[in-house]
Amino acid sequence: MTDQGLLKSEERAVYALRRLYRHYGYLPYRMSKFEEYELYVQNKDFLISDRVIPFTDTNGRLMALKPDVTLSIVKNGEDRTGCKQKLSYNENVYRVDRKSGQYRELMQAGLECIGDLDGYDLFEAVSLAAKSLALLSPDYVLELSHLGLLNAFLEEAAGDETLRRRLAALVAGKNLHDLRRLCRASGVSAEAEERLCALAGLSGSPAEVLPRLRALCTGAAEAEALGELEALWNLLAGEEGAEKIRLDLSLVSDMNYYNGLVFKGFLKGVYESVLSGGQYDKLLQKLGRSSRAVGFAIYLDLLEGLERRPRELDADVLLLYSPGADPAAVAAQVRRLTEAGKSVSAQKAVPPRFRYGELIRLEEASPC
Amino acid sequence: MLNIALPKGRLGERVCRMFEAAGYPCPGVLEDQRRLVFENPAAGVRYFWVKPSDVPIYVERGAADLGVAGKDVLLEAEPDLYELLDLELGRCRMAVAAPLGYRDDGDRTLRVATKYPRIADRYYAGKGREIDIIRLNGSIELAPLLGLSDVIVDIVETGTTLKENDLAVLEEVFPVSARLVANKASTKFKTAEIEQAAERMKGQIGR
Repeated sequence: MTDQGLLKSEERAVYALRRLYRHYGYLPYRMSKFEEYELYVQNKDFLISDRVIPFTDTNGRLMALKPDVTLSIVKNGEDRTGCKQKLSYNENVYRVDRKSGQYRELMQAGLECIGDLDGYDLFEAVSLAAKSLALLSPDYVLELSHLGLLNAFLEEAAGDETLRRRLAALVAGKNLHDLRRLCRASGVSAEAEERLCALAGLSGSPAEVLPRLRALCTGAAEAEALGELEALWNLLAGEEGAEKIRLDLSLVSDMNYYNGLVFKGFLKGVYESVLSGGQYDKLLQKLGRSSRAVGFAIYLDLLEGLERRPRELDADVLLLYSPGADPAAVAAQVRRLTEAGKSVSAQKAVPPRFRYGELIRLEEASPC
Repeated sequence: MLNIALPKGRLGERVCRMFEAAGYPCPGVLEDQRRLVFENPAAGVRYFWVKPSDVPIYVERGAADLGVAGKDVLLEAEPDLYELLDLELGRCRMAVAAPLGYRDDGDRTLRVATKYPRIADRYYAGKGREIDIIRLNGSIELAPLLGLSDVIVDIVETGTTLKENDLAVLEEVFPVSARLVANKASTKFKTAEIEQAAERMKGQIGR
């Protein structure tokens, strides 16, 4: 059994990702599993999961199991011109599953870059997201969008926040038929409807999509967002794996949390996105900080989907010994076999459904 | 190979004929009642029959790349997937119905019997009306007749069942029809196949 074979895909990923992030100056950040509940109450708009798991600690303080890593990272730190705090993490988070309503423990890895960000930092975050995916599987897709574009289009279409949210949900589902119906029923202008539908339908390689997007963008806010996407693609286009990067303007993500650039990563064989990230400047503003921020998280639990093969063997050797056997003789046999590179399970009877390569009886084994 | 989840029943059979006409035939899929999986490698499709309310689960979890589900099922389950087309089949409406002559005085908690608790909850939350949801799995029309509920929230096709039980539609919640849905991750890796299937199915709408 090789060392690589002993590691599960998510465990291999943790090591590989940590090495990658260290190469780019992202320092590992270790944090407590608990956080004061108050932090989440004050910032609930910025929580990916809207339900946290509270408990009272021994001092009577109301605490919560951490549902999210980013909030705990950004609540501390200082803002300095020209500087950036670059951190990576690998933590468990605790959420209530939206569908089943059950508590879940999820393993996350990721990074955050917080500070005086510029175009390079956005490129670095996206590039590291692509490199992270490449470490997990050769068959990946990294999808990008810019919420500045969608926001501008939505503001043109509707003054009402509730309507904008409903329109955004339909864009996220590429549901153009209901998008048109809602636009018509809500008095959205025909021109805004056309532009919104055109935006929602845009996806493909950046080289193809960007010129079509440029033709759609007319306002100043849109032009700024488009400029950021174009500048980003200019840097990414020369990178290895650039062909796996796509633009998809239906990628909405959480609009409370993210602003600007957003991205999601997919691996072949995993049914949902394993990587999610983007810019989250609004959270920093809410916390009274002047910095900007970009980051992403990888949901390592989902990597189990890549490895659904049953284990071939529980042990290379099943060593059977009789109840009265001398423990020293058992220990000596186990040592001999393990030193020969074999995995051994010493048993007095064959466990039910146990899969082994070879059965050795202690009495028949060659003496050490 | 595209994996397609079809809803068992009359709607599923119509959808299946639509896929066939769109260039995705599969021999035996409509004849054999017992088999669950049918494959046609030449056409690049594998169909499977599932309970209509399970279609979003198969598609969201990636066991199926594509599926066909009613808008009622989708709004109840709220799965994270792409809704590519309104197939304009199986048209009906989600409605609030009550015994003939019923009037909601608004001074008591409204008792609502339904198979669609989330839809009912969202609908009445939007109106700011306090309700008590009574979740049933079938014969919803019986609930107000026996005094179990004041109203029902359910799909209404022709209205015959309501009429036969002295019930009438009070309000329409939303129109329902069959939708072609796709798994988000599958769309990233089988982009051309899924886009082509959606385009061909679009050509069959209304035929």
